[in-house]
Amino acid sequence: MSQESQDMQTTADHIKKSDVRTTVAVTPRKAPADTPADEACECAVIRSENFCLYYGSKTGVKNITMDIYPCSVTAIIGPSGCGKSTFLRSINRMNDLIPHVRTEGRLEVDGHHIYDKRTNLVNLRQQVGMVFQKPNPFPKSIFDNVAYGPRLQGIRRKDELQHIVEQSLRGGALWEEVKDDLNKSALALSGGQQQRLCIARALATRPRVLLMDEPCSALDPIATAKIEDLMGQLQGTYTIVIVTHNMQQAARVSERAAFFCLGELIEYDYTSRIFSNPKKKETEDYVTGRFG
Amino acid sequence: MNDTELSLTREPGADARRPLALTPGEDLRGYLLAHLGRAVLFGMTFSSVLAVLLILLFVILRSFSFLSGYSIVEFLARRDWRPTADSPVFGSLAIIVGSLYVSFAALVFAVPLGILAAVFLSDILSWKARNLIKPMVEILAAIPSVAYGFFAVLVLAPWMQKHLGLTTGTNALNASLILAIMALPTIISVAEDSISAIGRELREASYSCGATRMETVIKVVIPAAHSGIIAAVVLGMMRAIGETMVVWMASGNATQIPQPWWDVSQSIRTMTATIAGEMGEAPEGSEHRGALFALGVLLLILTFGLNIVSEYFLSRAKKATGKA
Repeated sequence: MSQESQDMQTTADHIKKSDVRTTVAVTPRKAPADTPADEACECAVIRSENFCLYYGSKTGVKNITMDIYPCSVTAIIGPSGCGKSTFLRSINRMNDLIPHVRTEGRLEVDGHHIYDKRTNLVNLRQQVGMVFQKPNPFPKSIFDNVAYGPRLQGIRRKDELQHIVEQSLRGGALWEEVKDDLNKSALALSGGQQQRLCIARALATRPRVLLMDEPCSALDPIATAKIEDLMGQLQGTYTIVIVTHNMQQAARVSERAAFFCLGELIEYDYTSRIFSNPKKKETEDYVTGRFG
Repeated sequence: MNDTELSLTREPGADARRPLALTPGEDLRGYLLAHLGRAVLFGMTFSSVLAVLLILLFVILRSFSFLSGYSIVEFLARRDWRPTADSPVFGSLAIIVGSLYVSFAALVFAVPLGILAAVFLSDILSWKARNLIKPMVEILAAIPSVAYGFFAVLVLAPWMQKHLGLTTGTNALNASLILAIMALPTIISVAEDSISAIGRELREASYSCGATRMETVIKVVIPAAHSGIIAAVVLGMMRAIGETMVVWMASGNATQIPQPWWDVSQSIRTMTATIAGEMGEAPEGSEHRGALFALGVLLLILTFGLNIVSEYFLSRAKKATGKA
């Protein structure tokens, strides 16, 4: 816990000290000289260049150009229907399930354009895990839920699976609560526990990126606080992208924030700047509550 | 136009001058109307329940004279059915087995086909194509069974004699193939409903763990929909076991249990076909007619049991999808 607060302190310092203006440009951001610890992590994991997505003739998102940096939380905020979720779901190609979806531009994960015809979707989705708005555990036992991904990867040995399940549930901050009844149905858990189980299930495939689509919107404040704590713990290891309606939440958990409106990226910057000193009028109107 | 303008420009609160309390006459009228309507609706609903109860009572009563005069053990355990012999024998074992035999054989064909078709409709076809094809599949259920029977006797039976070298084309295989086709629309429709009811959330969860479509269907969708699929199978079985015309025409009506048991090319006879075929020849009040009613009781017990089982699984399926 103290480690974590220290981390947060460092982040805050980092934001205060950095006087280099972050731009939304494609080129990797120059790391401020006085924060060497961050430097190792500075090349983008996810890179979007003029990415557009259409549902038939309807535009989902257009001309999104942004880099998402590793080992941090990036929040996507904006009014309903602005394409936040669409963009998030594009990153692991969840939108493939919707008929008549068309994309343009580039969206790279680890340097690979994922809308290339020759994309291994199984590997992509195992590297880019996802947590959904509504907790959606399988109607199976807690153990089988978490072991689902590893089993698909071909892991059969009981002890290995047990190890992964324990690690993932610890990662999801659920282990202490469920370690004695792993064979209980996942549907018997509370909503907040189910959502943490879904996070653990996503962690079990050992992803690098974790996409979270309004993960707390179906939860009460206590469960929300737990999930936010968890994000704080996970951000050292995982690249987290979270879509949220809740601006306080974005301010609490994220290092960088992107403001989307009507399918376009309006502004992308450090969260503290988005909230305290936005460059665009629309952003200011939104974060101050005058609009949206 | 004028009216709406008028009503919009009316002084607010004008309606408040209408009395809020009912007069005794209005009160009585409302009370009587409500209760009359309730009584009429109750009577209509209850009449169908009453019909079921009366049918049950009628069949049991009519079989009573036979069951009290004839040994029940002999009725259930003997396999020879000779109602018109000088000393008639009513052993229904072969007939009961025949009914179950064709029903299960029909399920062997219809269940894998039905579930695969349901998966295809729900998870692989586009929504548009599904909405086109599913009603077509359901039309299969609207074809009169005598038409299926014609097909069995005039097309399938000669074909089997010619190409499979069987001595008779009207046999257990013929009957169960046709029953399978007749049970398919029920199985596909109910199974597809329950598979579709498993929402997009679970499928997305599975894909996001890196599952392929086949893995998603086999490991998540079908297990989650298993209650509905079992209900579909049981409903299909009910359809097969209660079917009369087709088995009468296609099964060959020989009172025997196939020897060896897997030889589907032998003729058999079912309970429904026996009742339908012999009712006209059994004189009123005779032991023969009582025996046919006793067969009817057995049939009712079977279908009621299956109905309860399917209701149980359907309600479980509803609960499961309501929760998820």
